This record gives sequence, structure tokens and C-alpha cells, in this order.
Amino acid sequence: MDKKRREFLKIAGISTLAGLGGTAVIDRLATGASPARARAAYEINSLSPAGQPKEKGPAKAAAKTSQRLGLVIDMRKFNANPGLAEKCIKTCDFLHNIPHFNNKKDEVKWVWLTGYENAFQEHSHYYRNETLEKNQVLLLCNQCDDPPCVRACPTKATFKAKNGIVAQDYHRCIGCRFCMAACPYGSRSFNWRDPRGGLDMKHINPEYPTRMRGVVEKCTMCVERVGIGKLPACVEATGDTKAMIFGDLNDANSEIRKFLKENYTIQRKPSLGTHPSVFYIV
Amino acid sequence: MFEKALKGNNYYWIWLAFLGTFMAIGAFCYVRQYHYGLGLTGMSRDVSWGIYIAQFTYLVGVAAGGVMLVLPFYIHDYKVFGKITILGEFLAIAALLMCLTFIMVDLGQPLRVMNVILHPTPHSMLFWDMCVLNGYLFLNILCGWVILTAERKQVAPPKWIYPFVYLSIPFAISIHTVTAMLYCGLPGRHFWLSAIIAPRFLASAFAAGPALVVMAALVMKRVANFDPGKKAIDKVVTIIIYATLVNAFFVLLEFFVAFYSNIPGEKHALEYLYFGLVEHGHMYNNLVPFSWAFVVFCIVGVTLLSLPYTRHKNEFWLGAGCFSIFIALWFDKGVDFVLGGFVPSPLGAVVQYYPTLNEIMITIGVWSMGFFILTVLYKIALGVEREIEA
Repeated sequence: MDKKRREFLKIAGISTLAGLGGTAVIDRLATGASPARARAAYEINSLSPAGQPKEKGPAKAAAKTSQRLGLVIDMRKFNANPGLAEKCIKTCDFLHNIPHFNNKKDEVKWVWLTGYENAFQEHSHYYRNETLEKNQVLLLCNQCDDPPCVRACPTKATFKAKNGIVAQDYHRCIGCRFCMAACPYGSRSFNWRDPRGGLDMKHINPEYPTRMRGVVEKCTMCVERVGIGKLPACVEATGDTKAMIFGDLNDANSEIRKFLKENYTIQRKPSLGTHPSVFYIV
Repeated sequence: MFEKALKGNNYYWIWLAFLGTFMAIGAFCYVRQYHYGLGLTGMSRDVSWGIYIAQFTYLVGVAAGGVMLVLPFYIHDYKVFGKITILGEFLAIAALLMCLTFIMVDLGQPLRVMNVILHPTPHSMLFWDMCVLNGYLFLNILCGWVILTAERKQVAPPKWIYPFVYLSIPFAISIHTVTAMLYCGLPGRHFWLSAIIAPRFLASAFAAGPALVVMAALVMKRVANFDPGKKAIDKVVTIIIYATLVNAFFVLLEFFVAFYSNIPGEKHALEYLYFGLVEHGHMYNNLVPFSWAFVVFCIVGVTLLSLPYTRHKNEFWLGAGCFSIFIALWFDKGVDFVLGGFVPSPLGAVVQYYPTLNEIMITIGVWSMGFFILTVLYKIALGVEREIEA
């Protein structure tokens, strides 16, 4: 081997190593820069050294992302605007071609309404006030930062996108439904039969695929819309009521972070350590 | 050696035809399910796994149970088990093939199953389950076949097979441990979220698997003049009794933890399974008969196997005792464990699951397939035995 070539290989090798290491350092810096407290964890923060982001935990399937899109659902606004929640659901149902069958067994749903006691089982239900007694809560996928469904999926058909959204690949899913057993929020639906049988094929949204039978689906916080700079469909449907606030939880200057700073919000089943990205004011 | 399975008396062929009929019906029902989707089953959004996965779970135990016949012979040099070790290995093969078939019929998109290998995902327990189940299947086929071939030639098995035999022992433990991990690592499912699930699975496995072997041995004694040896059967029965009692102990511990801690989420599934759950004034208790049948059959089985008269003097009662244990553990694991875990749903709803006729026929079809394979394998093993004696 002539000397020049040897030198070249040496330099190439070293720079490759440096390159690999370099990205690792940058990644580390990036995650370090994102405040871990934005995870709104149930973790005992006081146990970690003051101000130190606590970045450890059990085997995690999903890496931390630099962006973490989240939602605040302000039920006060929904209660003040009757019909608004239904409008959100309708918009989502149409945009995502969600089938409707006339039986509960085949049900597919992404966004829906349910009673407070079902949505927030960990919270006290004794002597609830009238608002909670009377009104329902809008539910959708929690877009967990540590999603158990992603951990369980044997094919990575459900995965965390770079912006923190838990997305679903309908073409890779084998339909084992492990993710449905793993989701502690009941956010996932399975296509027990051909979904087109539950759609009015003359009035479907051609921009979004209908699914085939035998795959799992769920709310993806409109990953397809967010990717091109649009708001999630439900957020858009709320108009300027501010019933839903969408934004990056990792950006301390975002509207959602400011809102979270100023308001007391709750999350569903925070004790499970899934770190939901959906916050509620009930 | 397959030619041994092609020669048999009328009873043998009638039995195979009987199983074959149910296999055909099952296959037909599966074609229906394949074309319509899993909507033909009783599963729903809230109870998303049904009897397929429940059978899978139970049969993983039956497969792992075979190790109770292999381990004493190879590790402890317990010569008495010499004749039945092969029964344990062949049982594992048949049970594992049933397990894999139950997984396949449960998949929404079965043609995509290779995605599990194309996109290996180590953080998913299902990936590991695939690895250990196929590994254990391979080991049992290899060991069973090589040792039987050696036996037929009346030579000692080749030395290279022993590492595989020893490897199959931890593999047997691993298949049921990893299967338990499918359930016990899921947040928010209180009934499954228990560190005791894996040992409990193993305990019931070490009872159910050997119980099936004893029943098969008793049947073969009658129809094929096969004698496993009184001492061997007696020892296996002792193993079955202890394993059943350990399983019962674990179940009682689950009750203690749930009811003494008084945490509602811990209690719900047990209440639903054993007493029925009341929601909005409606009583949900469709699994209560199965749960108490589990209790009753456990007591009956252990009693029959423990009393000297029924255990030693009368083979009918011995078989009945083993059958009681086998069916009791099926109620516990092949019905209750998986279905109970889905109640109540993550949103606090109580949804009861009833399998459809189509689903039941597919399930019976897969079981028939398993017994068909088991019969053929045992026939081969017996044929070799007969050949040596002749």
C-alpha cells in the first residue's frame, strides 16, 4: 500500500469516528437543552439534584425528541360552547375517513367524549361538582413521551416521530393488537372488518387513506397535517375559542408552555410514567 | 421413521379421521375469518384478545411442562424416566405448533408476519417470544429426532446432541417466562401487572404438561400395550400435585395482595372473575363459572391424585385426576387469565366477551391439529419402541 493511500485511509477513518462521536455529542446536547421538566412527570423531582433534568428510567423504546408536540384541552371552553366538541369529532372523523358501524364491537374511534369518572379514574369521584357531573371530557391519544404501545409493538409499526407524535404505519402493522393491550388509555382501535363498509364512499376525504381490515389505528394528532405546517384538525375546528392549545412542549416560549405555566392542568393516569403530552383543564 | 405413522389399526385411523374432520371444519372457518376479518370473532375494542391468545398462553405452558420429564432424566440421571422423556419432547413439539397456529389465526394481517423478523424490535416482548418459541421448537425437534434415531439403531445418542438437550431446559423456562412478560409488563392492566405471573405460569405449566403426558401414557397402555413403568408415572404424579399446589398458592397470594391492600384496581379483575362485577346496576359475571370450576377441579384433581386408592389401584381414577388438573388449569389460564385482564377496560367500562361459533370452531380445529400431530409423533415413538423389542 502506498503511503498516500495509507494516510488517506487514516484521516478518513479518524474523521468518520469523529463524525459519529460528534453527532452523539450534539444529540446529547440537544436532549440536555430540552428541559426534562416539560415532561410534567409524576417522578419525584425533588429526589434529583436541584435543577438537574432527570433523564433516566427503565428500558425506553422511544428516544427523546427535540420537539414534543402537545395539546391542552380546556374543558371550560368546551362546556361554554355546546356542540364544539362534537364539531371537533366530526371534523376528525371526516378528515381521517373513520368508519362508523352500528355496533360497539366493531367500533373505531380517534376522538370521543366520555364521562369524567372514566377519563380520570385516578382522581376522586366523591361529591363531584356540577360541572364534572354534567359534562363529558374530550378524549384522544395522549401522545405519550414514553409510549407503552411503541414499546410493545413487535414491528415498529407504531413509532414516535421526530416531533414527538406517536404515529402509526398501517402498512407495516401485522394486527397482533399488543399495542391495544399495552395502551393504558384505551386510545387504540382495530379494524375488525373492512372499514370501507362503515364509510359513505361517496363522501370520503381523498387526501387521507382508508385503512384495510386487520390493522390498528388511532389519533395521530394529525401528523400528516402538522408535517405541512397545519394545525391538527380538532384544534382548527375549535377556531378562536382557545378550547385547545397546540404547540411544542419543549419550547419554553411556546404558547402552550406559557399556558401551562399560568394554569393548573391535569393529565390522565400520570402515575404510570407514560408522560402524556395532552393536558386537561376540567 | 415417518413410515411408523402410516401403519396402524382401525382405532388409530378412526381417531385421526375424527381429528381430521375437526381440522377441516376449523380450516373452513378460518377461511371465512380470513376473508371477513377478525370481526367474525367476539373480540372488540375493549376485549382485544380472546380465546386464541388464551389458548396460546395455556399451550405455551403445556409445551414448557414437558421439561419436567426431560430435566430429571438428563440432569439428575433419573433413569426411571427413560421411556417417557421422548413423550415430553414430542408433547412440546405438538403444543408449540398449536401455539404458533393460534398466534397466526389471531393476527389481523397474517401475511405480514415476517415483519417481526424484517424489523426486529428488541424492546417488544413479542419479538422475544417469537425467538424463544421457535428456538424451543427447533431444539425439541432436533433432540427428539436424534435421540429416537439413536434408540432405533440401539446405539448411544451422539455426544454433540447433549449441549442441545441441556440448552432446551432453560429454553423451556424461558418460553413461559417471556410469555408471562407479554402481560406483566403492561402499565395500567392491574390484573396482569404482577411479578408473580411468570412463576405462576411455570407452576401451572409443570402441572398441565405432565398431566397430559400421564393421560396419554395411560391411553397408550390400553390401546398400544405401552408400559411407561409404574414408578415413572408415580413420580410424574408427585410433580403434578406439587406444581398444582404451588399454582394455587400463587393464586391465593394474588387474592391477598388485592383484597388486603384494598386497592380497587387490584381487586376489580378478581371480583369480575370470581364473584361478578356490578356496574350501573348490572351484574357482569360470565366468567364466574369458569373460575369456580378451576377451584373445584383443582381440589378434585389433587384429591384423586393424592389418595392411595385412586392413585395406585385404579388407573381410571388416576386418569380422571390428571384430567381434572389439566382442565382446571385450562379454566385458569386458557380462559380466565387473558380475558380477566381486559376487565375493566382502561376507561373503566365492563365489557363481556363471548366467542362466536366460528371462533370456537377454529379453536377446536387448532386443538385437533395439535392432537393429530401428537398422535402421529407418539405413534412413531411407540413404533420405534416396538421395533427394538421385536
